[in-house]
Amino acid sequence: MTKSSSRTTTSAEADRPRDPQPAASTVPATHLRHRHLLGIADLTPEEILLILDTADAMKEIAARPIKKVPTLRGRTIVNLFFEPSTRTRTSFEVAEKRLSADTLNVAIATSSVVKGETLVDTALNLEAMAPDMIVLRHSSSGACDLLARICRSRIINAGDGMHEHPTQALLDAFTIRHHKGQLAGLKVAIVGDLLHSRVVRSNLLLLTKLGAEVWLCGPPTMIPPGMEQLGAHVTSRVEEAVEGADAVMLLRIQLERMQGGFFPSLREYFQVFGMTEARMRLAKPDAIVMHPGPMNRGVEIASEVADGPYSVILEQVANGVAVRMAVLYLLAGGIEDEAAA
Amino acid sequence: MKRLLKGGRVVDPANGVDGDFDVLIDGDRIVRVEKNLPAGEGITVVSVPRGLVIVPGLIDMHVHLREPGQEHKETIATGAASAVAGGFTAVACMPNTTPVNDNAGITGFMLERASAAGLARVYPIGAVTRGSKGEQLADIGELHEAGCVAVSDDGHPVASALMMRRALEYTRMFDMPVIDHCEDPTLKADGVAHEGLQASTLGLRGIPGAAEEIMVARDVTLAGLTGGAVHIAHMSARGSLRAVREGKAQGFVVTCEVAPHHFTLTDEALAAPLKYDTNCKMNPPLRERADVEALVEGLADGSVDVIATDHAPHHADEKRVEFDRAPFGIVGLETCVPLTLDRLVHRGLISLARMVELLSVNPARILRRPGGSLAAGQIADITVLAPDQAVTIRAAALKSKSKNTPFDGWRLKGAPAITIVGGRTVFTNAAVAGAEAFA
Repeated sequence: MTKSSSRTTTSAEADRPRDPQPAASTVPATHLRHRHLLGIADLTPEEILLILDTADAMKEIAARPIKKVPTLRGRTIVNLFFEPSTRTRTSFEVAEKRLSADTLNVAIATSSVVKGETLVDTALNLEAMAPDMIVLRHSSSGACDLLARICRSRIINAGDGMHEHPTQALLDAFTIRHHKGQLAGLKVAIVGDLLHSRVVRSNLLLLTKLGAEVWLCGPPTMIPPGMEQLGAHVTSRVEEAVEGADAVMLLRIQLERMQGGFFPSLREYFQVFGMTEARMRLAKPDAIVMHPGPMNRGVEIASEVADGPYSVILEQVANGVAVRMAVLYLLAGGIEDEAAA
Repeated sequence: MKRLLKGGRVVDPANGVDGDFDVLIDGDRIVRVEKNLPAGEGITVVSVPRGLVIVPGLIDMHVHLREPGQEHKETIATGAASAVAGGFTAVACMPNTTPVNDNAGITGFMLERASAAGLARVYPIGAVTRGSKGEQLADIGELHEAGCVAVSDDGHPVASALMMRRALEYTRMFDMPVIDHCEDPTLKADGVAHEGLQASTLGLRGIPGAAEEIMVARDVTLAGLTGGAVHIAHMSARGSLRAVREGKAQGFVVTCEVAPHHFTLTDEALAAPLKYDTNCKMNPPLRERADVEALVEGLADGSVDVIATDHAPHHADEKRVEFDRAPFGIVGLETCVPLTLDRLVHRGLISLARMVELLSVNPARILRRPGGSLAAGQIADITVLAPDQAVTIRAAALKSKSKNTPFDGWRLKGAPAITIVGGRTVFTNAAVAGAEAFA
């Protein structure tokens, strides 16, 4: 769709000084090339690092007594959520408010849309009110791509079907980097329902772009074809995935998958794949445990692990705000560039 | 009225003809095809421009004309206009209208509409089962009597092996084929794209090739059991072709068709140039490279019998939705000839004669209809091709009521020039130099 691959150097670079980074092989990015954040697939490694570095600065704001900066004052952001979401929606909302944007939450039960207005019409109606950005969560893969084609607003993907959840992957990478210093050379194990997960797709793309070794693990019924071609190691032996890992990420097992014949019972799933303390002992001693939430304790993760010393699950939530502030800020910078042009 | 087409290349594989011949037409019949036929009194001479090729009228044995019931997508009249603009003199239309064509009333209505349009011949295909529900045979004898050329529950497979067996047995007495849309419904489930790397990356629910292959293998086996004639619709997976070859080798009456989009595109079209393009959503889905290569090999070596478009018009609003909510299908009547010439003939994969077999001789034979031949006394259904004509596909310019094609903007070599049905010129391609002489 987009062919604007050349990274141009603009005068805006000088206006946004950034901390010197240790020896990146290529020129550091100073802005995002695309108007939207539709997926990690569209980002270069340099752009990912730019977002993570910007998030470092944003994280500092959360530590202040007054957690608000005027950066996005006068900007209108619509949080358009067609799927229930607590974490992601509130995280975006907090991020937007801390940047002083005007936010509007539109939650629509997907079922009521089936017989009524199309997604395109809903979006065009919201567009008529001239928002600057739309944060979209939708049950259909590609819904954000569809809106990006028809909307003037910038589209931020807050999770589309089984496709991508880029800000989740960014906050995961931010969290890992915070603990490990960098991502290159790390072994990251992702265990769970790989087939239906947008989190795993975004994480696989991001982590491999930054040089991590990604191990995907789940029952063969829930491993989509082609993951090896995307650079993943794939196994159904959880011990193999976890052994020597620097980070272990669990994915939610949806209870309705049993009816689909993906696995026989929650009990058996926990026996074969559940992350227990014993299994965590196979990982590096300083390994961290992550979960994008919401967790099923006793299914994909034992409570002792979820609450254990290596768990960074609540840190992920805190970092989500900083990462989303960074994304909003960087995309808004593009709006300024467009206005100036 | 007599017309003498002079100076063209004639490709008529049913009669072993390929060379420069004149064609004499009297009324709706072909009188003779010979070299240097003399003009005479009462004969209008049409001088065929250099480079054009005269072939027996093309027949698309798999289209959806949507009437009755979904006239916002297509009508029999607009579909017939699209057909002749695509070089087709006849089309066979599937029964998944609303209501389903499972009785003589609907069949008669379709034939009336087609006759009123006066463009392409329209051959209705009746339902195998009442309402295409798969539960009880439709009145196939009545459908046959009313003019149906085959039966099919297209859009759905005949899911029950027993029902398929009965249909294959029962249709034997009418000498008509059962056309099956092969897909195991449990394996297809709610899939929307070929199961593979592209669907995995895009997060689209997959439909494995095996969903089709299993049902093709079943149908081939049942053709052997019953002696009935089974025709596999829109075959997309390489394993299906293996099963068809096996059935043919056993002497079973098994034929199959491939759609132009399945020999042209792979599932990579889902990711680029337009991500999640709903005009790349069809059932069966665009498959992977190895499938496309196998299908092309089958088209070349004769194990695939027919090219059929599965012309499936949908309104723009219906396609401008999330990928998984969009209906399956694309229009195909007006892109078939350019794609076949460009992708298969000009690349040297098949000859023009083979193209004529795939698009005319074999569909006529399978449906037991006239045509597919330019022999003396045959019906004067003739297509004139301009194989070297450069064309740019323009969705907006299609004659079909719907514009849902993934080939918008494609530049291809080869086009239909003239379509003659029953001796009457029903389409002239204004872009082809000299074509107006046929008017």
